[in-house]
Amino acid sequence: MFIILILLMILMITGAIVAIQSKDLLSAVISMGIVGFGLTLVFLILQAPDLAIVQIVVETLTLIILIAAILKTTMKECKVKKSAVVIYSGIATVVLLIVLLFILGDTFERLPDFGCSTLRMSEYYLEQGLKKTGAANLVASVILDFRAYDTLGEATVLFTAVMGIWAVLRRKGRKK
Amino acid sequence: MKGMTEIVRTISRLLAGLIFFYGVYIVLFGHLTPGGGFAGGVIISGAFILLIVANGVDDEKIKGEKERAGFLESLGIFLFWIIAIIGLCTGTFFFLNFLGKGRPLNMFSAGTIPLCNIGVGIEVSAALCSIVIAFILVKKGENK
Repeated sequence: MFIILILLMILMITGAIVAIQSKDLLSAVISMGIVGFGLTLVFLILQAPDLAIVQIVVETLTLIILIAAILKTTMKECKVKKSAVVIYSGIATVVLLIVLLFILGDTFERLPDFGCSTLRMSEYYLEQGLKKTGAANLVASVILDFRAYDTLGEATVLFTAVMGIWAVLRRKGRKK
Repeated sequence: MKGMTEIVRTISRLLAGLIFFYGVYIVLFGHLTPGGGFAGGVIISGAFILLIVANGVDDEKIKGEKERAGFLESLGIFLFWIIAIIGLCTGTFFFLNFLGKGRPLNMFSAGTIPLCNIGVGIEVSAALCSIVIAFILVKKGENK
């Protein structure tokens, strides 16, 4: 199982790099799809079907919207002049990578083993979830009972996002 | 927005109902099986978006749909808030599970969780439809 996960990770990272590097925008969007659907498989292997359902549906919708936008507008990437900015960003990336490796090398040794969570709250949910809420799906009992505030905030964020989209994409601007 | 070919239209007409009822199933059984309000809502909106993209739409018709989507979206989030506030009024705290727990693994169990799922499902499906309608309308505005 661990080997399959690592292979999927390599596939997803390759897809992400191809999406950045390819000149054709359509192939870039399709390579982004590799990342999303690979993530779906990772969720399935790690036994999280709730997340897998949401991920596969949202990924498909996003791909459809992006492909529709590309077909209507342009297929080619905008040309960017290679100038001093590229050199500066390259240097910044290398420095940041060195600093990150320096910090992470210490952290990785203290991490718990793969799949062994150290959080004690989840044990309480697993033991008492069915008794306290009566929901057979423990994920539902967490997101809509124990942690319903989070879901309320999430729904409000979506509502606000739609209001923002309608405000930005209205047909008539305000007259000066 | 123009529609697609006859083959795509026929297939989408056959599939849309199936996708819609699959989404409704995911929402209604969210407290028993994997899924829930968010996933089911996205699937329901997928059925409508499939019909819109495949068949094409009138400019006038979709304006009415925009109003309806906005109304449904507000209704969904209103339902969610009302459930939370009823918990506050009848009991002691926000989001109290004020209904009976019922027998586990039953359709009518888990108190307010199925009601919350329905509210979130209505809200998410209407919101995503609304976003797609917004994109369709703004493209029409630019072409004029």
